[in-house]
Amino acid sequence: MSHPPLVIRNARIVDPSRDIDETGTIVIRNGRIEAAGADATNQGAPEGAEIVDADGLLAIPGLVDTRVFIGQPGAEHRETIASASRAAAAGGVTSLVMMPDTHPVIDDVALVEFVRKTARDEAIVNIHPAAALTRGLEGREMSELGLLAEAGAVAFTEGRRTIADTLVMRRAMTYARQLGALVACETQDRHLAAGGVMNEGLFASWLGLPGIPQEAEIIPLERDLRLAALTGVNYHAAKISVGESAELVRAAKRRGLPVSCGVSINHLALNENDIGEYRTFFKMSPPLRAEEERQAMVKALEQGIIDVVVSSHDPQDVDTKRLPFSDAADGAAGLETLLAAALRLYHGDQVSLMRLVDALATRPAKIFGLDAGTLAPGALADIVLVDPDEPWIVSEDDLVSLSKNTAFERARMQGRVRRTYVRGREVFAAG
Amino acid sequence: MSAARPIFPFTHRHLLGIANLSEHDIAFLLDKADEAVHISRQRHKKTSTLKGLTQINLFFEPSTRTQSSFELAGKRLGADVMNMSVASSSVSKGETLVDTAMTLNAMRPDILVVRHGSAGAAALLAQKVACSVINAGDGAHEHPTQALLDALTIRRARGRIARLVVTICGDILHSRVARSNILLLNAMGARVRVVAPATLLPTGIERMGVEVFDRLEDGLADADVVMMLRLQRERMAGAFVPSVREYFQRFGLDARRLKAAKPDALVMHPGPMNRGVEIASEVADGPSSVIEEQVEMGVAVRMAVMEALALPQNAEATP
Repeated sequence: MSHPPLVIRNARIVDPSRDIDETGTIVIRNGRIEAAGADATNQGAPEGAEIVDADGLLAIPGLVDTRVFIGQPGAEHRETIASASRAAAAGGVTSLVMMPDTHPVIDDVALVEFVRKTARDEAIVNIHPAAALTRGLEGREMSELGLLAEAGAVAFTEGRRTIADTLVMRRAMTYARQLGALVACETQDRHLAAGGVMNEGLFASWLGLPGIPQEAEIIPLERDLRLAALTGVNYHAAKISVGESAELVRAAKRRGLPVSCGVSINHLALNENDIGEYRTFFKMSPPLRAEEERQAMVKALEQGIIDVVVSSHDPQDVDTKRLPFSDAADGAAGLETLLAAALRLYHGDQVSLMRLVDALATRPAKIFGLDAGTLAPGALADIVLVDPDEPWIVSEDDLVSLSKNTAFERARMQGRVRRTYVRGREVFAAG
Repeated sequence: MSAARPIFPFTHRHLLGIANLSEHDIAFLLDKADEAVHISRQRHKKTSTLKGLTQINLFFEPSTRTQSSFELAGKRLGADVMNMSVASSSVSKGETLVDTAMTLNAMRPDILVVRHGSAGAAALLAQKVACSVINAGDGAHEHPTQALLDALTIRRARGRIARLVVTICGDILHSRVARSNILLLNAMGARVRVVAPATLLPTGIERMGVEVFDRLEDGLADADVVMMLRLQRERMAGAFVPSVREYFQRFGLDARRLKAAKPDALVMHPGPMNRGVEIASEVADGPSSVIEEQVEMGVAVRMAVMEALALPQNAEATP
């Protein structure tokens, strides 16, 4: 790195890794943080440093989004690794974990290498591949977990799917445990959820749409937590959506199991009523739930039962969304709205800023073993400067992502990313 | 939906569901349909109300009855009617819907009648085309003209709908007819009951403005109207109910069971019937049955709806 040193002055530094919330200075040299905090203010800038006056902006570790679906390889018209990285930078996400639900599925060393190489050459943020737990995400045969981990897969997941065969799941978890690998899964019983396209309940009944009951998530989650206890694997329930799931994870943690869980920003910010008259941008998996479940998710996040917040960024195009609700694909684009939507919880006094940044950056980095999520001296200088109060309105025209299927179209936001740095290099600056 | 609606004539551009209609809208359409019955019973049935207008019937699901009813209604009003039946392959049906809609839209129709297997299909189409859209059934969501024709049949037989006890029996879960009828009958002040195997009831049914009964005899007690719903063949063989035999035994309407209802109770069925599954022939063809009247009222109600949508003030109105 031949960049000159960088000094960010006069920033409100929030760093959950050191429990710091103070006005201070960040000194960056060779892509790493040399100092960050109030005590760095009097150090004086290094020779030839570029000085940025943050003017009171929030400086937080770059977000670590551990559940991002990208269309490359196979659906590059929806999103490429390069376009996702630009959307990420605009949203303050400096590291993301890419799901293996691609065509072909990322279940092979060569594909992990392809992703890493493409990311190195074309992406402006850090992109880490997660690999398929089973070959082709078919839920039958284990992928080459050891070789995939060696090639750089940071976690194993079944992507949008849940392994139906309990024995296959047990063996994959047992094998992964020996590798010290993380198994990060969504849980949905595909038989119980069969045909379902939204949350089961009165609203679905009036719309005439088949519902997905909460139990479709809870039953396989309970199974996975029992298997985690049996096998000892590091298990991450990637996208829970109901209060009872959070209770199960809390109980498992109390028993000392190495488990954690995440929630998508959609399930913190939206509920089933947002579907309105069959709006397919609100069709997702797990489905948006009732308002009391959304509130339960917020509470569990605040209490730290939910470790991680993800965007679950899932770019879809008109060919998969401009359809009758039942036929439309699941998923919403989310990289660019993740932070602003999360800040609603801060402005609404529901979750502290420290806890939010922890869930968006520090905890996910720790759980997924990434060199990120902290502003401690020596860390990579992945930093976001945020104006926590700036009002703005989401418009698909302004989105960087190749796909415009945002669930926040025309939503009012408070708080916007001003600048994003990856290894001390500016990768995004608001216009 | 909204509480106080001014008592203006009908100002809707589309008919996507009963949920969008007020009590006054419904009464307006039923009054208009009464006039249409009169026209249809004359030797010369053709009027020129819709002369010069083009009506396209776009059916993604086959339905001889509904389609011919709409066709006849349009022709009696003087419209040029075109029928399009689209065989829907499961893979491409969504694409077919919006793409076909855009193609048809370019032909400048005035009224588009749509039947589709997916809930919300009519609403999606209404967003994409420049003409009036009539929902002729979208998945398990709504079938508004069926509920209107049922209401017309009841009102003509009983003089009113308010305070009547109406028992709907059968596959409520998958039935758009049931949803539209529950909405309409509640809007008009009837007391609605449902009877069905628990596997064929939607979640939250007890909060949909109905009283739920487990036994047909109990649900029929002192009923003014009995609506039997069709049970699809593929749902009979163990998935939702154990067998046809058991279904008929527990939920089929025969003359003995019908005695629990009021002596002059009306027996209705949206058709086509499965005789011996949900209804015995002795009842379907018996004196209480108004099933044939329903078919006649169907044409009248569809004439009324098309006429109302074609009113000049509705060209720019909202749905």
